[in-house]
Amino acid sequence: MALTKQEWAALETKANEMRGLCLDTTHWAGSGHIGGGMSCLDILTILYYRHMNLSDDPNWPDRDRLILSKGHAGIAWAPILCDKGWNDPEQLKTFNLTGSMMGMHLDSNKVAGVDASTGSLGHGLSIAVGTALAARVLGKDYWTYCILGDGECDEGEVWEGAMSAANFGVTNLITFVDRNMCMIDGPTEEVMKLEPLADKWAAFGFHVIEVDGQNIDELDDAIEFAKKGNGTGKPVAVIAKTKKGAGIKAIEGDYLWHYGAMDENAYNAGKESLAEYYQARLARAQKEGK
Amino acid sequence: MASGLTYTAVDSTKLATAEYYGKAMVELGAEHPEIVALTADLGKSTKIGMFGEQYPDRFFNVGIAEQGMMSMAAGFAKAGCIPFCSTFSVFAALRGADQVHADICYQNIPVKIIATHGGTSFGQAGSTHHAIVDFAVERSFPNMTLICPADGMETVNAVRAAYENPGPFYIRINRGFDRVVYKSSDYGFELGKALEMRPGTDITVIACGSCVFQAMAASDFLKNTDGLSVRVLNMHTIKPLDVEAVQKAIADTRRIITVEDHNVIGGLGSAVAEVIADTGKGCAFKRLGWQDSFSTIGLHEDLMTLAEIDSNGIVANVRAVMQKDFELDDDWKDEV
Repeated sequence: MALTKQEWAALETKANEMRGLCLDTTHWAGSGHIGGGMSCLDILTILYYRHMNLSDDPNWPDRDRLILSKGHAGIAWAPILCDKGWNDPEQLKTFNLTGSMMGMHLDSNKVAGVDASTGSLGHGLSIAVGTALAARVLGKDYWTYCILGDGECDEGEVWEGAMSAANFGVTNLITFVDRNMCMIDGPTEEVMKLEPLADKWAAFGFHVIEVDGQNIDELDDAIEFAKKGNGTGKPVAVIAKTKKGAGIKAIEGDYLWHYGAMDENAYNAGKESLAEYYQARLARAQKEGK
Repeated sequence: MASGLTYTAVDSTKLATAEYYGKAMVELGAEHPEIVALTADLGKSTKIGMFGEQYPDRFFNVGIAEQGMMSMAAGFAKAGCIPFCSTFSVFAALRGADQVHADICYQNIPVKIIATHGGTSFGQAGSTHHAIVDFAVERSFPNMTLICPADGMETVNAVRAAYENPGPFYIRINRGFDRVVYKSSDYGFELGKALEMRPGTDITVIACGSCVFQAMAASDFLKNTDGLSVRVLNMHTIKPLDVEAVQKAIADTRRIITVEDHNVIGGLGSAVAEVIADTGKGCAFKRLGWQDSFSTIGLHEDLMTLAEIDSNGIVANVRAVMQKDFELDDDWKDEV
């Protein structure tokens, strides 16, 4: 356990703020990938607000990089990229609308801080491996983080990237799998079995850490372990066990909420639910924090 | 052009086209530490391995994984490197197409793809290894520059141009040796500008790749036997196309034949046809290439004969097109 009560609580507050903006953006846009956005939002929060080495300049060459391989979670990422001061938060209100700079899959040429345009699933890990190896070639010491969806792991290219990461000893990369157990057509284990998923990553040459992906402290421990040079010489895969739509009771864990629209009532209920969720998470931080 | 060696006729007798590419890469690599090279288990076949022998720390063989290679290259490029990727054309254009489309062209980043074994040049391997749709694919990707060099010397210029110019490039070269078109690399290559290999006023043959040599031979033959004045254009850059050179050919000769080792759908012939249609001018026109059919197994030279893209095929088709009528319209000033 690395986080103090105070640090943990501050991160909970930030995550809550971003969850709220993710819900708002879904509401403003009329619909969105709120399920898979909420499930990986804690991973994004701990990276952007604790671990990533960033500056006011989103194009700073030495910055840490994030490749959001599950590009449809842009609706959870965009609020953070605005909160960092790189993009005008007013843009969230026009998300997905004609002429907007921001939409479902964020465009690296239009949204500051997006290190790769993604959307076609399965590409991100290979992009991240190239990004991480570029640091080696250019003599830089930045870290690259990659967030994969679990359903995305059906794609063959994910495993091409995994083989490359192990083969080239890419240890300046941390790969997260947002294991929310859902994909568009149903639970992952019903559509296309992924288990034993941790064994698959281990077999491909990764050091695998399984955590509760909605527990910021557990995520922090895994990242610390990976960044300290863990002695394994292997790239680290963090399988983050998450809930689709985490924080909004009405949609939590429901694969049907891969993508959805929220009317006024559902939106208001979602807000209330997020407030309760935040209190529960704060209480855990107080109880379990250092 | 860039600094570096000027290649000579001596090289042309002993180097396969891909070896020019390998040599040019090694030179560029010495000057530019941000260049990296990637291949998918074809380092030796494509000659990008020559870069790897010289700069092992900047060479990444990803195994038989073209999709991962293209995405990795995108990661390298976005982070400040200039990656050159090499594999067979058919796999570069098709197996890695989604990655080239989304990761490279959409982001408009400097990934330079050197696609070897282009057209039917890997003859005996058959249609799974022939690339006769790659122009159509790459040409339709926004931001992509598409070059098909005529020979080894032009390949050197194409590789240098790819480094010097921004954005994604797809350079398609043949397997093995090409007939020599240029005796030196210093002949005035300019990206996006067709080169007139033979002057002519009766008909224009617009060719790319190994078909350029064949078109020149056909032009020489027809001059002697038929007294025809056959203009030959080396359209090495298929995108962006030299529209002016095509418009001038329409205006000057009113008859055009395109020649490519590619399906007649979507490649050089289609690109030229679009220009002709845009001008609204009558022009006798024929596209030579694979007539919407798969190729077959055989020696490349035999396959070129089969597709009528060798000198004999071009001669026969020039004669045929010379018999075709086109709509007369003497008022060219307003349209070309």
